[in-house]
Amino acid sequence: MLHYLLKRLLSLAVSLVVASLVIFLALEVVPGDPAAYMLGINAQEDTLAALREELGLNGSVVERYLSWAGGLLQGDFGTSYTYRTPVAEMIGERLWISLPLALYALTLSTLIAFPAGIWAASKRGSPVDVTVMGVTQLGVAIPNFWFAMLMVLVFAINLRWFSAGGFVGWDAGFLLAMKSLTLPAIALALPQASILARVMRSSLLDTLSEDFIRTARAKGLSKRQALWRHALRNALIPVLTIIGLQFSFLLAGAIIIENVFFLPGLGRLVFQSISARDLIVVESVVMLLVFAVIVVNFLVDLAYAIVDPRLRGRR
Amino acid sequence: MRNLWLGGVLTAIFAGMAVLSFLWTPYDPTVLDIANKIKTPSTAHPLGTDHFGRDILSMIMVGARTSIAVALVAVGIGMGLGVPLGLTAAARKGGLLDELIMRGNDLVFAFPSLLIAIMITAVFGASAVNAIIAIGIFNIPVFARLTRSGALSLWTRDYVMAARVAGKGATRISVEHILPNVTNLLIVQGTIQFSLGILAEAGLSYVGLGAQPPTASWGRMLADSQTMISFAPHMALFPGLAILLTVLGLNLMGDGLRDMFDPKLRRARS
Repeated sequence: MLHYLLKRLLSLAVSLVVASLVIFLALEVVPGDPAAYMLGINAQEDTLAALREELGLNGSVVERYLSWAGGLLQGDFGTSYTYRTPVAEMIGERLWISLPLALYALTLSTLIAFPAGIWAASKRGSPVDVTVMGVTQLGVAIPNFWFAMLMVLVFAINLRWFSAGGFVGWDAGFLLAMKSLTLPAIALALPQASILARVMRSSLLDTLSEDFIRTARAKGLSKRQALWRHALRNALIPVLTIIGLQFSFLLAGAIIIENVFFLPGLGRLVFQSISARDLIVVESVVMLLVFAVIVVNFLVDLAYAIVDPRLRGRR
Repeated sequence: MRNLWLGGVLTAIFAGMAVLSFLWTPYDPTVLDIANKIKTPSTAHPLGTDHFGRDILSMIMVGARTSIAVALVAVGIGMGLGVPLGLTAAARKGGLLDELIMRGNDLVFAFPSLLIAIMITAVFGASAVNAIIAIGIFNIPVFARLTRSGALSLWTRDYVMAARVAGKGATRISVEHILPNVTNLLIVQGTIQFSLGILAEAGLSYVGLGAQPPTASWGRMLADSQTMISFAPHMALFPGLAILLTVLGLNLMGDGLRDMFDPKLRRARS
């Protein structure tokens, strides 16, 4: 187990280094001088040079990478070109919206998908199964930002149950804050829940046709008992994989959904920074999201190794 | 088979609309007609008009062209680069090249496609071409993995052994014997990636990172309609439905094709 852990940790570190290199090179070496952008086309050459110096744009590529990556390791994400505030601070504030939103959506998606998938699998071929499969087929195909707009039309504009956008802030109280995240979370959760329900169902159906289920039934367990006691636990591995993968989709999907609901999260920050050519912010947010994805996948891998010792040997 | 039919018909409708739009649209989708702005559906404008008086049906027809073109080229990039990479990795299984290709794939996988798209547009600016590249890059590891896993099981077959004994090199075997036998897998996955590409293109143009005006695109029509949704819901309804039905059609077609190519799966899935 220790050997496995060390090996996985090493590969985690390599992935992170390579990812940071790719992000850095993509955004830093390519054309577009932030100093020139900030000062406009009429800027004097010496003002430009001074600003470049101040923003730390003058060093060689290697120097700039090392100072950026070194800063990241110490939690120093640099200073925003446009806002002149530490990027870490800006990200920290926004994270308090994006992260709860992603977790809220993940919870909703799991809460919808598990019962739906299990129900459909246990009543295979019945009207319940056909309905679940039909609805999830639609759920996979619907663009989530359009679904979000339709929900705004129905629940915010017509029924007035929710506000159409914006975030009240955590100071307004936990329940009110969660309420303003509810429509965005549902919009994010729907496609993921559909995928998850389908995976749950097919994985459960695969497991239910295994020999050990027949044995369990032969020794007198009812269909329902066999499903809950034996099949479900064994069907969870592919489901866990998908949940891990979905976390990254939720974080990235939040970028678009935040724009539908005017939520001041990481996604809005990225878009504002792109239009202001504030590359250090874009760079840091993208790095943070990729970091999150790589670490989550690492944790999922570890979870397998704990759940299923057979997987430890494989890479 | 029912899935295949339904999916095929839906896909054909939108593909047909895209093709037809080159020859004819009810109105010119770029001409503004302020006198007729925000009209609900009528016989003159079956799907109504938008806030500039442009005919929504015409815009959806031209938008179909944009969506399909972007998704199709993105799948092309994914297959064009991913399949050779996958074939090479399988032919050199366990070697340095295989390891390098697969780790590279893992890395691209770690970037959610939308993030790649955002990075690319942050650097090169927003355009349909950059959207294609962004979606295409994400397709490469999908096809590379699929091709590799499909090819690995084929390399152990007797006919491949026979080809090796006959003196054929790895490249020739890959092209002549492996590739034709993974084509079914690739077609099914291609359909799925096509539908994902349409969703991704819509999302990107919705946030302004995809096709730029005056090119009509479904995602941007939705973005335009958002502020007017309370009094002109038809502007939001039809482009959204177009995306939903196209993606649904492609997904159903993918499912149907998979069942057709691999009857063993039919029992397990339905």
